[in-house]
Formats: sequence, C-alpha cells, structure tokens
Amino acid sequence: MKIAIAIILLVVFSVAFHLVSPWYLPPIASNWQAIDDTISLTFWVTGIVFILVNFFLAYVVIKYRKGKQERADYEPENKRLEIILTTITTIGVAAMLAPGLLVWDQIIAAPEDSKEIEVVGQQWQWSFRFPGDDNKFGKVNNQFITVANPFGINPSDPAGQDDLLVSGNEVHMPLEQPIKVLLRSKDVLHNFTVTQFRVKMDLVPGTVTSIWFKPTRLGSFEILCEELCGIGHFAMRGRVVVDTPEDYQTWLNQQPTFAQTQDFTAGDPLKGQSAYMICATCHGQKGEGNAAMNAPKIAGMAPWYVERQLRYYQQGIRGKHKDDMFGQQMAPMALTLSGATSVDDVAAYIKTLQDIPVVETIQGDTKRGMSLYRTCGTCHGATGLGNQGLNAPRLANQHDWYLKRQLENFKQGIRGKHPHDVYGVQMRLMSRTLRDEQSIMDIISYINTL
Amino acid sequence: MSNVAIADQPDDSHHPKTFITKYVWSQDHKVIAIQYGTVAIFVGLIALVLSGLMRLQLGFPDSFSFIDPSAYYQFITMHGIIMVIYLLTALFLGGFGNYLIPLMIGARDMVFPYLNMLSFWFYLLSVLVLLASFFVPGGPSGAGWTLYPPQAILPGTPGADWGILLMLISLAIFIIAFTMGGLNYVTTVLQARAKGMTLMRMPLSVWGIFVATILGLFAFPALLVSAIMMLLDKTIGTSFFMPAIISLGEQTGYTGGSPILFQHLFWFFGHPEVYIVALPAFGMVSDVLATHARKNIFGYRQMVWAIVAIGGLSFVVWAHHMYVSGMNPYFGFFFATTTLIIAIPTAIKVYNWVLTLWKGNIHLTTPMLFAIGFIFTFTHGGLTGLFLGNVVVDLPLSDTYFVVAHFHMVMGVSPIMVLFAAIYHWFPKITGKMLHKGLGKAHFWITFLGTFAVYLPMHYLGFLGVPRRYYAMGDTDFVPASAQDLNASITVAALIVGVAQLIFIYNLILSLRKGEKSGPNPWNATTLEWQTENTPPTHGNWGEHSPVVYRWAYDYSVPNTLEDFIPQNIPDEAVAKESTTSKSRSQENGDKS
Repeated sequence: MKIAIAIILLVVFSVAFHLVSPWYLPPIASNWQAIDDTISLTFWVTGIVFILVNFFLAYVVIKYRKGKQERADYEPENKRLEIILTTITTIGVAAMLAPGLLVWDQIIAAPEDSKEIEVVGQQWQWSFRFPGDDNKFGKVNNQFITVANPFGINPSDPAGQDDLLVSGNEVHMPLEQPIKVLLRSKDVLHNFTVTQFRVKMDLVPGTVTSIWFKPTRLGSFEILCEELCGIGHFAMRGRVVVDTPEDYQTWLNQQPTFAQTQDFTAGDPLKGQSAYMICATCHGQKGEGNAAMNAPKIAGMAPWYVERQLRYYQQGIRGKHKDDMFGQQMAPMALTLSGATSVDDVAAYIKTLQDIPVVETIQGDTKRGMSLYRTCGTCHGATGLGNQGLNAPRLANQHDWYLKRQLENFKQGIRGKHPHDVYGVQMRLMSRTLRDEQSIMDIISYINTL
Repeated sequence: MSNVAIADQPDDSHHPKTFITKYVWSQDHKVIAIQYGTVAIFVGLIALVLSGLMRLQLGFPDSFSFIDPSAYYQFITMHGIIMVIYLLTALFLGGFGNYLIPLMIGARDMVFPYLNMLSFWFYLLSVLVLLASFFVPGGPSGAGWTLYPPQAILPGTPGADWGILLMLISLAIFIIAFTMGGLNYVTTVLQARAKGMTLMRMPLSVWGIFVATILGLFAFPALLVSAIMMLLDKTIGTSFFMPAIISLGEQTGYTGGSPILFQHLFWFFGHPEVYIVALPAFGMVSDVLATHARKNIFGYRQMVWAIVAIGGLSFVVWAHHMYVSGMNPYFGFFFATTTLIIAIPTAIKVYNWVLTLWKGNIHLTTPMLFAIGFIFTFTHGGLTGLFLGNVVVDLPLSDTYFVVAHFHMVMGVSPIMVLFAAIYHWFPKITGKMLHKGLGKAHFWITFLGTFAVYLPMHYLGFLGVPRRYYAMGDTDFVPASAQDLNASITVAALIVGVAQLIFIYNLILSLRKGEKSGPNPWNATTLEWQTENTPPTHGNWGEHSPVVYRWAYDYSVPNTLEDFIPQNIPDEAVAKESTTSKSRSQENGDKS
C-alpha cells in the first residue's frame, strides 16, 4: 500500500518538478528551434506513458494487494490486449522518431551559403581559422605543428597564406548567417558545444568533422568542451561572440593572416633597452624584481609571455580590477610603450637579461606541494619551465611572494576574470583546486625547489 | 537428447572431501556463485565509496583538498568500470547465473565444473590487477570508463603510465574469465536440462541469463581486441587508434590511426553490455513478481521473444552512443531507428510486468517491494532513453548530466533494484535463513526514494546544459548559482543512499548468523530450485534422483486446485492428491504488509 502511494506521489512530484524547474534549456540562440520542439514532443509522449503506466501500477498494487481477494486470476496470455499495446507503443515511437529524422536530415546538410569557420582544439584551449580572401583554407597536417606554426598549416600551400588565424579562445560570428564549423583537433578528442546553439560535435584528431547552425541572437556565448580530454577538460572554455555583420567584419579585419604570423620580425633588443629604463625603476636594472616595489622578476621570462602580459595591461585586460593594486600601477607603465614595435623590443631586451637566482621567503610542506603540483606540471612542465605550446608561462625561479599573490588573485577573480583574458579563465579554475592558504604555501615551497 | 542430464545418478566419488576443495578450489556451482557474489559486492562497495567522493567534489567544490582534478577523474573512471563490469556483469552472470542455472533447469551442476572454478579465479585475478592500479605510480587511469584514445594513453590524463596498462590487462583477464563461465552457462542450458524442461518451460530468469551470456560471448571479444590494440599503441608504438597528433606541445610519432575505430569497437561491446546486465535483471524480476503476486507471468511467450528480440537488436544500436562522435552523419538515421525500435519489446516487458500484478494476490514482501520499485525506476530510465536515442534530441543532451541521470536510472539503479530483490528472494535458498524484514524494508525505502532524489533533478541539470565529467563548473554564464545548490542536494541524497547500503550489509551478516530458518520454499514458489531435498542444496543438488519437469514455471493460482502454486516437478495426477496434504509441505511466511 505504501509503495503504491509512494509511486503516485513520485509521479506527481516529477510532473510538478518539471513544471516549476528553473533549470531547463537556456534560451536558444540559433535556428534549431526544431530540436527544442522535438524535445517538447518527446516530453509529451513519454510523459503521458510515464503517468499512465505508473498510475496503473499503483492502482493495481492497491486493488490487488494481499487480502483483497481469495486468490489471483489465472490468465497466461491475452492476445488481443498484447496486440493493442504493441500497436499503440509502435505508433508512439513512430510519432517521436519521424519528426526527429526529418530534423536530422536538415542538420547534416549545411546550406549552400554557409560560411565556413575552422575550430581547432588542443588540450585545453580553442583557436580558430578563417579562409581569408581566397575563401579557401590552406592544407593542414598535425605534423607541421611547431611553436611558430601552431595551426599546422602547410607552409608551401598558397591557399594557406591568407588564412586568418585567431589564437585566443574567442571567436566572432555574424548574426543570421549560416555557419558551418569545421572541427579539427591537434591532440585528443574534444567536443565543440555552445549550449545555446543546441548542436554539438566532437573534434577528432586525424579527421575533420563539422556541424552547422545560424546564430540568431547577439551576445557572447560560452564554448564548452564536452568530450573528456584530460585533467584540464573542465577548464577548456572559449567564447563565441555573435556580432552584427559590420562589427564582425571589423573584428575579422584585425586578425593576422598566416603569412603575417610567419613574417614575424623579432623585436630589437637595442631599441628595447632604452624603453626598459622605465621598467628598471621597479623591476631592477637586471630584471631581478623588487619585493619592496611589489615588482616580479622578469629576467628569464619568455618573450611571448612578456608580450602578452604587456598587451593585456595596455588593453585593460589585466590591471583593471579594483582590488589589483599593483596591477593598477603597472597598467599606465605598459601604456608608455606606445610605438608599434616597442612591446616586442622590450620583450627582446628582457630576453637578453641574465637569469638570476631568487631568494626564498615562503616555507611550506614541500612534499605535499609536490603532490599538488602534479596538476600544474601538466601545462607548466614538471620542472616549471613553462610550455609555449600550451601558453603556460615559466614558474621556476620566480619570486615566491609574487607567485603567491598571483595565485590568490586568480583564486579571487582579481586576475583572469576579464572576458578577454582567454587563458586566465583556465588558470582561475585551476587555482581553485588549491583549497586554502596552506596549499598555496606548500605548492610554492615546492616550486622554489625546481 | 538435450533434456537428459549429464550425470543423472549421483556419484559419491566426485564429492569434495576437504575444506579447501569444498569452499576454496570448489567446483560446486553454488560455492562458485557465492565466491563470485562476495567479490562482486566487495568491489561494488569500493565503487560506491568512489562515487561518494566524486559527489563530494561536485556538491561542494573548492572544499576538499584531497580531491584534485586527477583524483576526481580517477574516481569517476574506476567507479564506472567497476560498477558496469566487475560488479553488475559479474554478479548477474557469475553470481546469479552460476547459482540459478543448474538449480532452475534441474541439473546437478554446470557441465564444465573445473572451467567454472577457473572462471572465478581469473575473475578474482582481474579484480586484483584492477585494484592494484590504486597503488602504482600515477595511480589508476583517469580516462573515463570508456577509455577513449588518444587521451587514455597520453600524458595529460591521470594514470596514463601504469594505470591504463593495468586497466587493459585486467579487462583482458576478466574477458577470459567471462568466456570460460559464459561457454559453461550456454552449454549447460542447452545440454543439461532435466527431463521435461523444454526451453519454453524455463523460468524467465534462465532465459534472461542465457541470452545475456550469448550476447556477452559475442560482445566481449570486441572489447578484448580493442584492449589489446590499445596496449600495443601504448607499449610498442603501433597506431591502431592514434593519428598524427601532438601531445602537450610535442610531436608524438603516431600516424594514421583512427580514434573512432576504437569507439565503434568499444560500443559494439558497450551497448550489448547494457543488455548483458539488463536481460538477467528482466528475467529475475519476472520470477520475483510472479511468485510474490501468486500469479503466472503475463504473456510468457511474448516475454521470451522480447528477451530474444532485445538481445538481437542490441547488436545493431551501438552507434547511438556516437551521434556526436564525428562518425558519418548518415549513420544517425539507421541507429536512431533501430534504437527506437528496441523500445517496443522493452515497453512490452514493462506492460507484462504490470499485467502480471493485475488481478494478482500481491504479497508486499521485501523482494516484491524492490521488484515494484524496479518497474518504476526502469520505466523512468527507459523513457529518458527515448530522448537520447532520437538523434536530434541527443544533440543538446549528449555529454550532459542528462546522460548520467538516464544511464544510472536505467542500468544502475534498475538492475541494482533487481539484484536486491533477487538477494532478498533467493537468500533463504542460498543460506537456509530469512533476511531480516524490518531492515530489508528500511533498506528498500531509503534506496528507492534516495536514488530518485539523486537522479530526477540531475536530468534537469542536463537540460540546463551542465556537462558531465566536469571537475568543477566554475563560473558559466548560463548556469545559475541555484544549479550548484541542486548539485549539493544531489550529493546529500547520494551520501544517504550510500550509507544506507550498510543496513543491507549488516542485514546479510546478521541474518546469516541469527536469521529465522526459512525452510525449503518460504515463498511457495513453483520453480525447481525451491524443490531441492536440502536447503541450502548440497553438492549435486538433487540427492538420489534428478527432478522431472511436468509443467511451465508459472502455475500460480491455477483454478480448481487447493493450493495457489504447483511446483514444476509435480505431475498433473499428483496435483489433486497434493492439494489435500499440502499444508504440511509448505510453510506460510506470514508476511502481513
């Protein structure tokens, strides 16, 4: 008896929960309303079956429980009833399947006028490629991938020269334009999901997959990786910004071509040296850093990282947060590097500085730190030397008080929260694996030993 | 003749004489079943603890410093693989298959007792190898239970050095164990049935286990070869599943392999695996329902053919796990169609269970509660399968919590409800003792309501778009803060359900030592296992004479008979006679609820 009542209550609760749940499909931002409609249809069909079967079950348990009748009926089979039930079920199933297959037919055939955008996945970042003026993608192969050619574009293919490359985790797409994303992976399986677009597809190394949709709403939407891709899986985030066609074009025009990225002229350390005079007031003549000025050591930092951080400061991506006191000091300093090449020049000069050992100020449980560091080491390297291919800077031989403050800043969202800090998002999620101050002390004391 | 038992007359010389041969190197299918069952429940408890740890992280992120991303991914991987293979497959087939097949078909043992013994020891070895991975450098694999390459064998995934090797070796050993057991079960069902036990008189439990075993024999080889191929990719650098890729910024030297090939092989095993677990559950729950409703199973022949049809169809639906894998999109039409077709025989089974109860005389015993609970959870989990099976509906839901909720409801909670029903139902035969009723009911209610509280809300997190296998959500625009509260409540419910299983373990131990004596047939059941001379049955099962079968397995409440059940080994002419003296033979179990 209790079980029958429980089943009735659970059914009522399920229906009520469905009706009031604030947790449901987020508002759609693509043309795939048909998917949502098929979901509604499926809810109706399955919901009715769920209610009928379970209410009947509860009724039967109440009506025929022990003591209600002398003995059970003896009815091994009932052909008619069996045929009726089979038929009704078949109709219900067909009613859900048929519209589903019709929608699928649309999903697998991208319209003629679709714009193709390549999405490239790697552990645990996104990048994007556009075909450029010739409207043709250059040939790619993972075996061409180097630090200088992260997309693995075949350098001898003329069609690849004008391909536009977007290395951050953020891509723009024009409103109301059918987009066919070509999906490619450099390492393991990933999955391109924008929840509001409803469709998703895996990125499979060794082949190119695709899916199409038409963005129908302006805004910025998160890209999530939804195929387990290693320990950073949950931190593999990106963004699709849906723009008006004009804004989209403006954005696209700012992206470098493959040829431009290859024709990269390294900064001039001599020019950089004079610009460095301002930096030296805080960071020191030898780039050794200065605890009293809260300035980190910059000698030994890789130019690509120095350049990125300087640009972040210039663009207000770093050093803008109201609680980032020292970052706020740095931001106007970065703006003094106003020439077209000054940032590169300074970075080139910093590269010439001799790396100097730092003094430890933080004590912690090195052994525990070592076990905590196994997550960090995946990107930053087992010896903390950094990995440009993963956009992970060097950690070894940096002032420990600076590392501690940066970890705390990431953890509290003082750093890495800006929507354009495309790699900061990842670091923010990772910093939260260090639950308390002691963990931070422990891990830094381990980094000190590297 | 297939229905002549191989050793009809007992031969004393084969009975084990020493403790070791009786209980350790035993060739008795009942002892082997208990060995299988004990090990399976033991690893199942480990997997349960792992799920608790994983839920702690999901419910309360940023709280437990010992759960870093590596540990989390290792927990989910080991939880999944243990539950699916080392608990469910082993307990249904190695445990209940072993125990029930010979007893239910009237055989004295499996036809290859020595092979049966080896099967268990290989299984134990596979469990030990798997558990050893907790103690190797780098820990167990964290690749997810699906072990998708390339990531499963590359750095960046926890346990990519030792853990994955031990995992693959353990799987290979398990499959060897299963093959030895499986060939045995199939041969025994085909060759060792008692006189009169035609195939269409077999209890549905045997049908379920029989068909599931055949599925296993076809499906597991696909997993075996993919495990071996991945081992070669990992150890000697072949490229079966490995295309030209970089790993953490470095070129790898692999070239030309296909990660999707692995997925096809894995799911060619993986989907039948669902039914390897589900079909025995379907069969066993049918017997529990009929016995405790005192009514014949409704539509027996339809039930048998549904089991066979589901078994056959289960080999042509595998790629519904791969709608978004990047396989040829035209496959979507085929696999969505086959997948939704399989819903029809499955729905028929549900109808027939409910119609079995209809006009029955329902005794709400503990096994019956679990069986009715199963109908509810299986209906729930089956219906959500219609969302995921329909390729377009799968697109937004794939890889979200909806999938997790669906498969836990349909192949976690539901089969486990049946396992509990089966344990409460057959424990008296296995041990001669009844399980404690009050503890059993408490265990049922917490488990039934608790799992609902865990999985119902989880579906809605899936609709919202919360991805599965995320160590932490962090800040995501479309996920409101309330979703985290919901996740926390799921964790609380999950922990309660987890702890409540201690009631069950306590009940097992308590009842084994001090339980009420059950007698040979406490539920007044018709099937042969309840008609043995001794309870628990001794080696050889049947004493002097093997049983002879005169009727199907479901003669409950036959009109114009005194008693409401006629055991399968009672001839028609004995029924009337039996009916006058039957009171002394059967024991009322006196269940009032």
